[in-house]
Amino acid sequence: MVKVCQSTIIDAPVDEVWAILRDFNGHDRWHPAIAFSEIEGGETVDAVGSVRHFRLNDGGELREQLLALSDKDRRLSYCLLEAPLPLMGYVASLRLKPVTDTNATFWEWRSEFHPPAHRRDELVRLVTEGIYQAGFAAVRDLLRGRTGSMRVETRPPRTAAPSTSAPPIVSKVPASRAETTRAIVVGRYGGPQELRLGEIALPPPASDEVRIRHTVIGVNFIDVYCRTGFFDLLRLPGVPGMEAAGIIEALGPAVSGFSVGDRVAYACPPVGAYSERRNMAPDLLVRLSGDIPDETAAAGLLKGVTASFLLHDVHAVKRGDIVLIHAAAGGIGQLLVQWACHLGATVIATVSSDDKARIVERLGAHHVIVYSRENFAEAVVRLTAGRGADVAYDAVGNDTFAGSLASLAVRGHLVSFGQASGPVGDWDIGRFASKSLTISRPNYAHYTDTPEKLAPHVTSFFQALRQGVVRIETPTRYDLANAADAHRDLEARRTTGALVLVPQA
Amino acid sequence: MTKVYVSSVIPAPAAEVWKLIRDFNGLPGWAPFVAESRIEQNAQADQIGCIRSFTLKDGGRIRERLLALSDYDLSCSYAILESPMAVENYVATLSLTPVTDGNLTLAEWQAEFDCAPDREAALMNQIGAGVFQTALSALKHRFGR
Repeated sequence: MVKVCQSTIIDAPVDEVWAILRDFNGHDRWHPAIAFSEIEGGETVDAVGSVRHFRLNDGGELREQLLALSDKDRRLSYCLLEAPLPLMGYVASLRLKPVTDTNATFWEWRSEFHPPAHRRDELVRLVTEGIYQAGFAAVRDLLRGRTGSMRVETRPPRTAAPSTSAPPIVSKVPASRAETTRAIVVGRYGGPQELRLGEIALPPPASDEVRIRHTVIGVNFIDVYCRTGFFDLLRLPGVPGMEAAGIIEALGPAVSGFSVGDRVAYACPPVGAYSERRNMAPDLLVRLSGDIPDETAAAGLLKGVTASFLLHDVHAVKRGDIVLIHAAAGGIGQLLVQWACHLGATVIATVSSDDKARIVERLGAHHVIVYSRENFAEAVVRLTAGRGADVAYDAVGNDTFAGSLASLAVRGHLVSFGQASGPVGDWDIGRFASKSLTISRPNYAHYTDTPEKLAPHVTSFFQALRQGVVRIETPTRYDLANAADAHRDLEARRTTGALVLVPQA
Repeated sequence: MTKVYVSSVIPAPAAEVWKLIRDFNGLPGWAPFVAESRIEQNAQADQIGCIRSFTLKDGGRIRERLLALSDYDLSCSYAILESPMAVENYVATLSLTPVTDGNLTLAEWQAEFDCAPDREAALMNQIGAGVFQTALSALKHRFGR
């Protein structure tokens, strides 16, 4: 973890400087490094949680999320979601204070992040000089260029604090009556070393909660984003994890439909799965039948439910469809390939290497394209005799988006459900008229956040497992205490298939 | 509750300014209106809870209790126990923040207190301009400007 803190005095009244800086989308008007910026999804610039997507003069693209905005303290905090540089876990804040005797402004800009060791000095210098000091100079110039009488109108404050709850941390030995459980606690955002085993308080379940004793806990890449602070789902100190299987141990008095001893699994927020036991609302709990092992549920529920709604809801794949699937050897990719074949589609899969091509061929894909060797869009056109694919499933993002569009048939459907290689950039929808294309950008929560939405996908996934339509590879197991090792392996791409954590008996 | 806030940029590194500010018994060394100061009960000047008793050059006498002192945050808080000013519940904080650009220091001095409504404007001016700004201006002068 490095910390950078820079501050300066700007010779202008504090409200004038704040009017410039509080505009979360206004940095392209003053910062010399930034060419263009926009707020995603039409959010207002002062809505906490809004994301600015901006392009640097050198072409690099970044996304940053507004974490806090205070007109009272003249303070603004944000974090980096995506960047062309390894500024892992970058969280920054700037604040202003009035200098009352000279009617000037004190401006402080600080951040914390995790650079790779060998690039530490370079990145610290870049942030210190290229971003902060250059920003100070640019705002000073901007104000100097204005006439003394010109005032910038300040907007009314509009803030909303994001709310997520975390279990209270017990720092000392708890009182004799209070129960505790072992859990992986993140005390501060950072690298895998921040995943530490500790004892946390475990209050009795609230009246509408159940207590679950976890048997197997799923590890997903979103857990890494929570650990580093990229996503605002984990309040510090807190327990990460959003997927697990286990046994119901206790029930609040208002809970119905579940009994002590029931085998259950879940794949949903709030975080807290990296623990031996936890309390949670039972709404999105899935009951496990005897033929679904805990390990399969913990390793596969999130991916299986995702594959189900992608193939049934977002686009209803039917017999004879031509389906293009990217990253087909990945967790969701393997499920999509197997399931689409079962639905009677012709499956064209893309992968990055020959090893992965062999895996995907074994799963039944009709055509496998190694896209590092061959232009996949041309290959799809050739393989379909010029027709193109009816639907493309693309979680790769930037590297494949344009090729996916080119691969589609007339009235084809591009399902963009991730952006592992970076954001897809700006597209003029007028261009899609040339083939009457449809584009979807589904979000897991919107297909699974109520029992009514979730249940059919759980049923269809479990059915597919039972019938052998899809298979979940045996996951790699780690002791719960060694969650940090699991994250290191996941981030280093050292693993194939799913990772799970197992609490010690 | 009345609030007063005054701030200045001191042309010296924060660590150097803090050496002066940190001494709860050191007002005569830099605040131009203070004649002499002592710590009651033989306590140390950095002992939280100690009381400084000082006389102003105009003869007034003030007793203040040290509430908080942070070498980490470079801040010092205190409460008035007795003074010629008709204020109640008076708590003030003097804090320093480094300005990296030029190696300067932002000094902030703020106070909250209760008083009779008709005295508020006069007291705000007396405390803000007469006490805080006068002392901060002396600090600026001392360090070269």
